Amino acid sequence: MSLPKPDALLKDVELHKTPERHWMDIEPELKRGYFLSIIDPKVLKDLDLPSLGTWQPYDEKWPLPEDWKERIKKEILRRMETYRSFKLFMEICVRCGACADKCHFFLGTGDPKNMPVLRAELIRSVIKGEFSIFGKLFGRFAGARKLTEEVIKEWFYYFYQCTECRRCSVFCPYGIDTAEVTMIMREILLSLGIATDWGIKPVHNCYYIGNHVGVPPQSLKENLEFLIWDFEEIAGIQIDLEKYLNRKGAEILYVPMSGDYFADPGIYTMLGILVLFHYLDLDVTISPFASEGGNFGFFNSFEMAKRLHAKIYEEAKRLKVKWILGGECGHKWRVWHQFHNTWFGPIDFLEVPKSPITGTVFEHAKDNKIVHICEFTADLIAHGKLKLDPSRNDHLIVTFHDSCNTSRAMGFFEEPRFILKHVCNNFVEMPENTIREKTFCCGSGSGLNAGENMEIRMRGGFPRANAVEYVHKEYGVNQIACICAIDRATLSSLMEYWVPEVAVSGVHELVANALVLEGEKSRDVDLRRRPLKHPVKGVD
Amino acid sequence: MEAGISLIIVIGLIIIAYIGTLLGLQVLFGIVIPYVAFLILVLGLIYRVISWAKVPQPFKIPTTCGQQKSLPWVKHSRLEAPFTTWEVVLRMFFEIFLFRSLFRNLRADLEGRRLIYGSAKWLWLGAILFHFSFFIIMLRHIRLFTNPVPGFIVRLDYIDSFFHLGIPPIYITDLLILAGLIFLLLRRLIDPKVNYISYGSDYFPLFLILGIVISGVLMRYAIKVDVYAVKQLTLGLATFTPTIPKAPIGSIFYIHLFLVSVLAAYFPFSKLVHMIGIFFSPTRNMANNNRAVRHVNPWNYPVKHYTYYEYQERFRDKMENAGIPIDEEVEPEKEHEWYSLYVPGKEPPTIKS
Repeated sequence: MSLPKPDALLKDVELHKTPERHWMDIEPELKRGYFLSIIDPKVLKDLDLPSLGTWQPYDEKWPLPEDWKERIKKEILRRMETYRSFKLFMEICVRCGACADKCHFFLGTGDPKNMPVLRAELIRSVIKGEFSIFGKLFGRFAGARKLTEEVIKEWFYYFYQCTECRRCSVFCPYGIDTAEVTMIMREILLSLGIATDWGIKPVHNCYYIGNHVGVPPQSLKENLEFLIWDFEEIAGIQIDLEKYLNRKGAEILYVPMSGDYFADPGIYTMLGILVLFHYLDLDVTISPFASEGGNFGFFNSFEMAKRLHAKIYEEAKRLKVKWILGGECGHKWRVWHQFHNTWFGPIDFLEVPKSPITGTVFEHAKDNKIVHICEFTADLIAHGKLKLDPSRNDHLIVTFHDSCNTSRAMGFFEEPRFILKHVCNNFVEMPENTIREKTFCCGSGSGLNAGENMEIRMRGGFPRANAVEYVHKEYGVNQIACICAIDRATLSSLMEYWVPEVAVSGVHELVANALVLEGEKSRDVDLRRRPLKHPVKGVD
Repeated sequence: MEAGISLIIVIGLIIIAYIGTLLGLQVLFGIVIPYVAFLILVLGLIYRVISWAKVPQPFKIPTTCGQQKSLPWVKHSRLEAPFTTWEVVLRMFFEIFLFRSLFRNLRADLEGRRLIYGSAKWLWLGAILFHFSFFIIMLRHIRLFTNPVPGFIVRLDYIDSFFHLGIPPIYITDLLILAGLIFLLLRRLIDPKVNYISYGSDYFPLFLILGIVISGVLMRYAIKVDVYAVKQLTLGLATFTPTIPKAPIGSIFYIHLFLVSVLAAYFPFSKLVHMIGIFFSPTRNMANNNRAVRHVNPWNYPVKHYTYYEYQERFRDKMENAGIPIDEEVEPEKEHEWYSLYVPGKEPPTIKS
């Protein structure tokens, strides 16, 4: 990572200065560290997706097919006829500029094309220039321009510098949602065969192997075994893994995310959830085929998203469960909450979710039959079903990062906070304008969490990191909890760069830290073997 | 430069109307153009509404700005994450009449390596001043199109000129709309970010409305016109018995009317349709009850996906070795119907190409 030092990274950022030249005259300069490589055509072919052969974005001439212009125009028109959202967002923006400084990529780069309004203008201007009489007559005066190869490059560059976080849509007086625009523009680029390596490979893995990182069933089991062995060593409690894997007839299907059984620190969240299942003796099963709740398809096209998630209900049906429990993930919950029953409904082969421990019926999930693990756990705590000792997290001063998708596409704020306030004694909120519906993205969502674009990630994540830095300095915060698997991976890199003193975890890792387990042995470390402030006295 | 061109266009429009009246084209500027413009406004808006209404909204995508309705003991934010239609109506009301989202506006500044956020309600205030004043001024104009004038319009007029300063008394909304417009215009000219994103078509309506307001204000307070004759003309227009009154009306009136006509005709084909568009905005007018109430997409189509059977066959040995239960009941899925936007010849029939 040949990144400048944190203090030097933002030297070129000017939030109140704009270029001399009109943005339409500034040709996209594809900077290294900002964009992602193009996917191998073989992978696209496996997924029945079009491709442009082997090429890279920095190639002088992109291998666009001869009829590319007609095809792009057709695809745009098709979206205008099938998505009211898109058509409306293309037609009603007044360029009031309320969104301008709400984007974390603008705040971290100062590039005016990262203002949500200009990001949308990148396509809006082409729609005016190619389809509208006014646009054709008045040209730039009416904000219109023609579709050129440079425009395609610009789209690729800037629609992959948007993490679909929806922060701008909170502030827009008409609710214009740049995430929707970005998703549709990536779809349109994909229709030519323009797609990123980092965005498509996980799709391929997920489609054929069951999860983004391509963990086959035997390795899934090995990874989980490793976790429970480690836990046995720490707490002296044996978790029976066998009953959770691919077992038919369980009451609940739990769908994890691959990040949580693949790498640190996500694995501790997975472990936390397994510990909770063990504590409750919950009748739950995990499908190795549906071992991915996340959905990288969503970062490429709606259709690909649907193709990936079809397996979740299919597996629920095959395993004959009653309802589905979903792990801590961000965009997964955007897809599960806002898209699932539209795609796959009506879900009449499952039952309305009901907690077997408390008897609570999750009425708000009565149609798509999926409950968030934090809703489930918060309900347990509210009913006093968990014996918790929050002092076991006293070595941590915790803040909470609201993930974009659960915040602005679900309204999920209180459940995780309720849990955190019951499992740890030191909980601190970040500044008001950086949390809840105004939360900042980790800077690497929507398939941008690669290594090759690290500079844009550190810039885009800066507003989030800056708020963490503030509570770290003010209150000594040393742990940031989140409910998103991508966050757990990306916030780790972000913290390492901006605030190295702060570690990242999921909420359920902290739950398991605080759980008082029957038959546990004495220990002086937490789930990830960090020393505890008050050693636990066990039965040994 | 875009601002300059817009200003010149508006001045050009004023000159056209002025010359028109000098040439005795009162019928054209007082009757024909207003009728045509009004017709374009009505038909144009109908066209716009239909063009949006006929496009389906495939997914339920509210932007949630507050706590969802979930467990009974969690306080639900009814306005920011509406669950019922009634709550959506409330949210829309606050959005449309009080510009709630704009009220949230913040300003971000970078100081060294620290981001500082501050409240930034000026845009909200300017927008409220402008829109509300415009609305009240339009209501006040009803008195030119009715006889007798409805009581509430008379009262509105009375309230609006509450200060009783000057003769005729100054309308508060005349001052406020000028303040709002000048703020919005200066903001576009001075704020570097807003200036950078502004097109000519963003300045044009501002100058046009400014022209309308100034000509109206001048007519009332400075270059007086024969109000009786004006009312004769406007009432004639409203009752579809248009006449040009014998008593002459000053050019300023025809300029005012011409600019209003241009605005009316321009409205449906410009960004000004945001006034209607906001009602259709799916991130605001949909309920956040996705998991409880299913949303139907009329062009939903079956897609190709990998099956558990194929997966298990591929990994059977590995699964057996690892002691993962094998599902012997599962059967290969029969060839099922699927479509794809990306496979030529497999386009879903529900989507026109």
